[in-house]
Amino acid sequence: MTASTAAPAGAPLLTVEELKVSYLVDGEPQPAVQGVSFQVYAGEVVAIVGESGSGKTTTAHSIINLLPGNARRDSGKVLFGGADLTRLMRKEWQNVRGKDIGLIPQDPTASLDPLQRVGEQVAESLTIHRIQPKKAAREAAVRLLEESGIRDAAARARQYPHQFSGGMRQRVLIAAALAARPRLVIADEPTSALDVTVQRQILDNIAALTAERGTAVLLITHDLGVAADRADRIIVMRQGVVVEQGPTASVLTNPQDGYTRSLIAAAPGLSPRRLRRTVSPISPASAGDSPVAGKTPGARPPLVEAAGLRKVFSLPRAAGSARTITAVDGVSLDIRKGETLALVGESGSGKSTVARLLLRLEKPSGGSVLFDGQDLATARGENLRLLRRRFQVVFQSPFASLDPRFSVSDSIAEPLRAFAEGSPGEQRGRVAELLDAVQLPAGFARRLPAELSGGQRQRVAIARALALRPDLVVLDEAVSALDVSVQAQILDLLAGLQERDGLSYLFISHDLAVVQQISDRVAVMRAGKLVELGATAEILGNPAHEYTRQLISAIPGRQVLAV
Amino acid sequence: MSQQLLRETDPDLLAAEYPGPAASSEEFPAAPENPRWSGAAGHILRLLQQTARQSLRQPGLFLAVLVLGTTLLWAAVPAAFTSWPPDTGIPADRLLPPSATHWFGTDSLGRDLFSRVVHGSATSLAATAVAVAVGLVAGSALGLLAGFVRGWVDDAIMRLMDVLLAIPSLLLSLALITVLGFGTVNIAIAVGVASVANFARIMRSESLRVGTAVYVEAARSAGVRWHTILLRHVLPNAAGPVLALSALEFGAAVLSISSLSFLGFGAPPPASEWGSLVAGGRDYLVAAWWLVTLPGAVIAAVVLSANRISHAFQTRTSR
Amino acid sequence: MLRYVGQRLLQGAFVLWAAYTVSFFILYLLPGDAVSIMASGDEQNAVDPALVAKLRSEYGLDRPLYEQYFIALGRALQLDFGISIKNGVAATRSVAEVLPETIKLAAAGFALAVLLGSALATAATFSRNPWVRQALGSLPPLGIAVPTFWIGLLLLQLFSFRLRLFPAIGNDGAASIVLPALTLAIPTAAVIAQLLSRSLRQTLGEPYIEQVRAKGASEALINFGHALRNAAIPTLTMLGILVGNLLAGAVVSETVFSRAGIGRLTVTAVNSRDIPVVQTLVVLAAVIFVVTSLVVDLIYPLVDPRINIGKTAKA
Repeated sequence: MTASTAAPAGAPLLTVEELKVSYLVDGEPQPAVQGVSFQVYAGEVVAIVGESGSGKTTTAHSIINLLPGNARRDSGKVLFGGADLTRLMRKEWQNVRGKDIGLIPQDPTASLDPLQRVGEQVAESLTIHRIQPKKAAREAAVRLLEESGIRDAAARARQYPHQFSGGMRQRVLIAAALAARPRLVIADEPTSALDVTVQRQILDNIAALTAERGTAVLLITHDLGVAADRADRIIVMRQGVVVEQGPTASVLTNPQDGYTRSLIAAAPGLSPRRLRRTVSPISPASAGDSPVAGKTPGARPPLVEAAGLRKVFSLPRAAGSARTITAVDGVSLDIRKGETLALVGESGSGKSTVARLLLRLEKPSGGSVLFDGQDLATARGENLRLLRRRFQVVFQSPFASLDPRFSVSDSIAEPLRAFAEGSPGEQRGRVAELLDAVQLPAGFARRLPAELSGGQRQRVAIARALALRPDLVVLDEAVSALDVSVQAQILDLLAGLQERDGLSYLFISHDLAVVQQISDRVAVMRAGKLVELGATAEILGNPAHEYTRQLISAIPGRQVLAV
Repeated sequence: MSQQLLRETDPDLLAAEYPGPAASSEEFPAAPENPRWSGAAGHILRLLQQTARQSLRQPGLFLAVLVLGTTLLWAAVPAAFTSWPPDTGIPADRLLPPSATHWFGTDSLGRDLFSRVVHGSATSLAATAVAVAVGLVAGSALGLLAGFVRGWVDDAIMRLMDVLLAIPSLLLSLALITVLGFGTVNIAIAVGVASVANFARIMRSESLRVGTAVYVEAARSAGVRWHTILLRHVLPNAAGPVLALSALEFGAAVLSISSLSFLGFGAPPPASEWGSLVAGGRDYLVAAWWLVTLPGAVIAAVVLSANRISHAFQTRTSR
Repeated sequence: MLRYVGQRLLQGAFVLWAAYTVSFFILYLLPGDAVSIMASGDEQNAVDPALVAKLRSEYGLDRPLYEQYFIALGRALQLDFGISIKNGVAATRSVAEVLPETIKLAAAGFALAVLLGSALATAATFSRNPWVRQALGSLPPLGIAVPTFWIGLLLLQLFSFRLRLFPAIGNDGAASIVLPALTLAIPTAAVIAQLLSRSLRQTLGEPYIEQVRAKGASEALINFGHALRNAAIPTLTMLGILVGNLLAGAVVSETVFSRAGIGRLTVTAVNSRDIPVVQTLVVLAAVIFVVTSLVVDLIYPLVDPRINIGKTAKA
């Protein structure tokens, strides 16, 4: 699946011609795909790249006629191996799906029947098309699972999906999609629900298996970095139309369309840059000392000092023998005034729990947290509430973090009201000021969250966090749910606000590429423990720990950069 | 009584069916609504207003509102709907089938059945309202307490509610009637107490849902006091599902109360409660089919309407 | 496995104890003086003071509350719920005498309800004709809204009096059970149909169903091989309450059809304010609920591999 040299010859395997699809929303047709045309040749890897709402998934699903009930293909053709798929009847589709065209889904955790053994689910791909009888299919399924990288496949085939991790489930789904040896596989964001290190293994697995069989791949992704690493050709979609398509190298190095250029600029993995100058760990007064990360004498004063933090959760009794789980185990770190400390780790690493402990949303089971010298771990009641005004939080989901019934100004003013900051008039003034600071028009004050886009909601959440002029803002995956172009804007905004107000940030993220852009120091977490902590350039350029090295090599887009 | 099951599953199934606020699509923002009303009362008003507007587009819902509205008017001003007296009959006109003069026919004493249904609606609906009020107030308070305080308070309250759920509500009502005695008010209270557990469960699950919502977390970390959170976030956002349950419970209470009065535990005879009207027709099943059929159909229509309106509330609030 | 069963048994015992306690408080303590209620019986005006005194000492109601409770609880553990006021035999015996009739009725009603309900749900969800879907889909809400006693009376009117197919009253023979069982089954079937079709619709929207479709599976395999099994599980968990509700339905159904059974016994007991019998019935309802729930809990792991007894799932 490396970038191939020449354009493939011969008749295309798949031709999509002037495809138009619309969704019926409240009885009104809303166009989602507006005249998309492209080809996929046998054995080729083609990536469709686009942000949410670009119509990339709709396009992919129209190819195998698996659109949701309210979607309609208005016009256009889909030719596969010369036959027009749009004319197929229900029964005929059953012979195309799985046999000619396979599908690797977006969310592996929900895409396997929870009541059926995984081996049977792979074998089903064969028995449905009567390629093999039941018993032979079961044996074939074990082989397929093995090829997909599942160890001890014979035993694992008899297990149920809940006994597999997300990455392992995706391997099962890959085995099932490729079982009947289709000529084309549609991989719809196959890794967006997975951790970065797993993501890379899965993409490698798809690449190896399809290359071996000469299967063409249509890769749907929002991540230009992934497309850059994996595809022969890239198709860029935006708002239902193709804005650019061509061989990967030429799209990346010589983009013709303005939107493609902005996507490349916004993709953190493809264009590493600093959003702001690094804050020196040394306070100006003692600039002569050596700039070593860590506790140097004369370093900037710490705002937060956490030592030996532990958090043990007890599980409900039904969960089995393990009654407790240690989410955070002996984590010590400090956040200095005016700096950004990034806390990096994959899901389940305990990074969000650390954030919740520092915010005192959870009570630590052990260890201490000093906020500007005051003990947070033991603070309670009104004392704690008064301390809270100095540290605020922005959560990951821009949809869930605003009360759906609160107007924008209600949400932003909420902390002000809680601390009775100023008269209602003054509060209104402050809200206007904050809206301005997060670059939202003043007229937005009266809107409800439902009327805002994800990026706009996140700006509101940032404004709310800044309302009380805190010293520390915890950004818990605050940009992870956003499209890359919006993500870049929010990161710019955050960098600007930090410079202006001298804020400290604790930036929780799983995305090293983003961390590289914004943080001064990086702390890496794995399985509840702190693996490594140091200056960003040092950790990313010269990681001491094996796990950090894995994380770095998993950043999509690096293979292209290396060339 | 079989409605208990539906109430049971509603919160969970609903939560699964509609993933909450995150589901509202970014591309198609909802129509602007008036955000000026705040608090639970404002929210309920808005919900009612929306449902009224919605009913104009959906004939089924419109019919449901019409049926319920009509019976409420029957209860308020019965004389406006019928000129026949409910309690005095004309012996010569006994057991007449439905006709233009006697819409629902007449009973064995020559009384106009339609008039008896219209005049009986006041008793039936008042009893229903009492039952729902008892369940709503007691159940919501317990559920809110359990969901907000949590810990052992939660455990104690919910274990008790589990036990109440283990006993079929009709049987529980009957046990209460045994000690409270017969009569309309007593069966209303008994039915209300039997529905406490349902309200408690939904109020608890709602306050847990809202209480662990990210926006409440955000408010908490912004230093908002707990009672402000309860008042401004939890109650208004939990009000919708509780209102939907109230509508559903209204239908269930009509059923339970009519069942109990059919069994003979309601107001003693001349009173014309819906269930006892059906019971009174039992002896004339062969001679006068309308005596059982028509009052029963009225009950069914009212329950169906209440359930339909409840459904409209549910889909509204889950948006 | 043993620990799992033990845990469930313990939970069941707790529910039974709690149900007994709640019913004791409601029936004996709430009224202040249960004896005068019982003695007043069927609207008898004069209360015989000698009878009251006799009953009072017999029930130990002249002792302190906690003592009364523990004495009663001790007796209940020996299945002694007191003497029926009405006919002077042990309350448990008067219940046990008519219990088999109700079990027959409930079993027939339940089988009918499961059959009707699941047939309706699958037909209403899987049918490709939107008209059929709409028409069948409107039946469950209707079945839930109609009063049980009304269904019974309409069936009686039509099948017994007009068509003369089935006897109107009594417990004699297989034919006499058809109409009462149908009366019992219709509301329960409506509930099953409603729950199951809702669950089916939800299941059909799951990503794994799309994935099966993407493999090229036929609609029949999707519907019956994957969707139905998954959708049945949430319905299964409601079984405990469903069966309990059959008991409540029996109260109405047995009254309408004048069948002997615990439903009818309930009505007469409430009518004559026969507290020991009422309490026995309440506890019996709790027993039925607990037993059904236990059976469901034991079946559950067989149906759903995600529920793991004894050992922890591998992550």
